[in-house]
Parts: sequence; structure tokens; C-alpha cells
Amino acid sequence: MAHQVVSSKTYVGIWAALICLTVLTAAASRIELGPFNIVLALLIATAKASLVVLIFMGVKYISQKMTVVVLVAGLFWLGVLLVLGFTDYASRTLN
Amino acid sequence: MSDSPHAIATHDPNLQHHFATAEQQQDASVMGMWVFLITEIMFFGGMFFGYMIYRYLHYQAWSEGSQHMDFWWGTINTVVLLCSSLTMAMGVRSAQLGRRKAIVIFLVITILFGLAFLGIKAIEYHHHWVSQEFPGLHWHWEGPNGQEVALFFSFYWAMTGFHALHMIIGVGLVSYIIFQAQKGRYNESYFNPVENVGLYWHFVDLVWIYLYPLLYLISNKHTSG
Repeated sequence: MAHQVVSSKTYVGIWAALICLTVLTAAASRIELGPFNIVLALLIATAKASLVVLIFMGVKYISQKMTVVVLVAGLFWLGVLLVLGFTDYASRTLN
Repeated sequence: MSDSPHAIATHDPNLQHHFATAEQQQDASVMGMWVFLITEIMFFGGMFFGYMIYRYLHYQAWSEGSQHMDFWWGTINTVVLLCSSLTMAMGVRSAQLGRRKAIVIFLVITILFGLAFLGIKAIEYHHHWVSQEFPGLHWHWEGPNGQEVALFFSFYWAMTGFHALHMIIGVGLVSYIIFQAQKGRYNESYFNPVENVGLYWHFVDLVWIYLYPLLYLISNKHTSG
């Protein structure tokens, strides 16, 4: 079985990191940073999401490269949705 | 890809006929799950996109609406879901090691966290409902931005509602896995269903990781409340 079993220690460590990032983002939201509040919040959320995807969902340990291709293609499509969508709204007169 | 007759003679009942090896079946199953999760990412992605566009258009109303989110319930629920993801990861790990009892224990704890999340969400929903913060059916808003704030709340109900629906489905799926694990259905060489339900559960957690800052943390005025 090529499946890699991750140690409990790793999982608990990742969980602790996720909790710390949650506390961090909650605390950061109480500091007035103007437009950077949302940027910081989304950066922290993306850091948390990466930890969940890579470790909890095991993408870091996937042996089948095709699955990684599927994942990257999916993120690419999400990128198409967001980038082209925002470009559309940003480049025309609103209302 | 036809294998040697020997492979057929020692056929494992958990190995579907169209796969050559258990490992190939495992890889295909995980990849199929990811294809499904990509469709889920696109489904939620559309709502997130709409949310961001309207936030940009009605910045003030979004901030106003977000002040009516309960910061503490939102934060506690985030922690609850992260804990459930840990116990889910430990449950899948137990399945990989063929520890039947541990699978059941970890997954039962996962369900309890899931139900705690839904309970807290129900408290919040109830509060929003009695405060007349349900656009259309039960809506009342003081101030000039009522219509735009109603838009914010529409996104709030739709996004958290679909997320909660996924949680309810997740609780059902995990219950099924617990039932099967109890019967000794899974072992070190066959645990695909456990792993796939785990992936689903983590995905639902992932959606909340983005919902939490976007809904609860954008008002900048929690300190007063």
C-alpha cells in the first residue's frame, strides 16, 4: 500500500496552528486597518485553507499525480470565474 | 488491462472487477471524490463571487449588516469545526491502520462537534429571525440602507444555509460510516468510503474558513458590542 499514514502528532500540530490562526484573525479584525482588514482576513483564511487541504485532506501525500492535476485544474477554473468576473465588473460602468 | 489469472483466483471482495489492484481502486476513488469537490468549489465559488461584487458595490451596507453577526458565536463555531476536522482526520487515520474501535470513537466525536456547530447555527438563525433579519419573509431594518443590507442578509442566509445543509448531509454520511465500521466493514486495505467522507467533511470546514471572516469579521466595530 503506497498510502502514507500521517502521525497523530502532525494532525494535532496542524489543528493547533489552525486554532492559533483563528485567534489571530479574530484579534486582527478588531484592529482598524481600513481596507487591509479584509486583505489580512483573506490571507489568514487562505493559510488555514492550505493547511486543511495539504495535511487534513492529504494532498501533500497523494501518490497519484492525476489527482493533483484535477485539483490544480479546479483551482484554475475558480480563478477563471473570479478573475474574469471581477475584470468584467471593474471595467464597465456600474449601475 | 487484464491481470494474470492468479489475481482473479485470489479476488478480494472489496476490489471491484474493473480495477487491477486495490491501490488503483483507492487512487481512482480519491480522484473521483476530488472531481466532485471541484464542482462543489465552483458551486460555492459563484456565491462567494456574488458576495464580493455586492460588497464592493454596497460597502457601507455590508459593514452595517456584519455588525449584526454574533462575533463570539461565529468564532466559537469556527473552533468547533476545526476540532471536528481534527477528529475526522484521526478517524480516517484509524481506518488506514485498521483500528475499528478507534474509527467509531473518532467519528462519533466528529458528529458531536458537527451537531454542536448546527446547534449554535440554529441559535444564531433564531436570533436573526426574531430580529426580523430574514429578507422578504420577515424583514425590518432601521436606517437608510435597508434594501442593501437586505441583500447582505440574503447572501448570509443563502451561503450559511447551503453550508449548514452540507453539514447535515455530512452528519448523515458520517453516521453511515460509523454504522459500517461497527460491522467491521473497513480494514487496512479497504477504507475508501471513510477517506472520501473525510474529504467531504474537510471541504465543508474549508467553506466555513472563508465564510467566517467574510461574514463575521468585516465590520471593524466588534469592540463596542
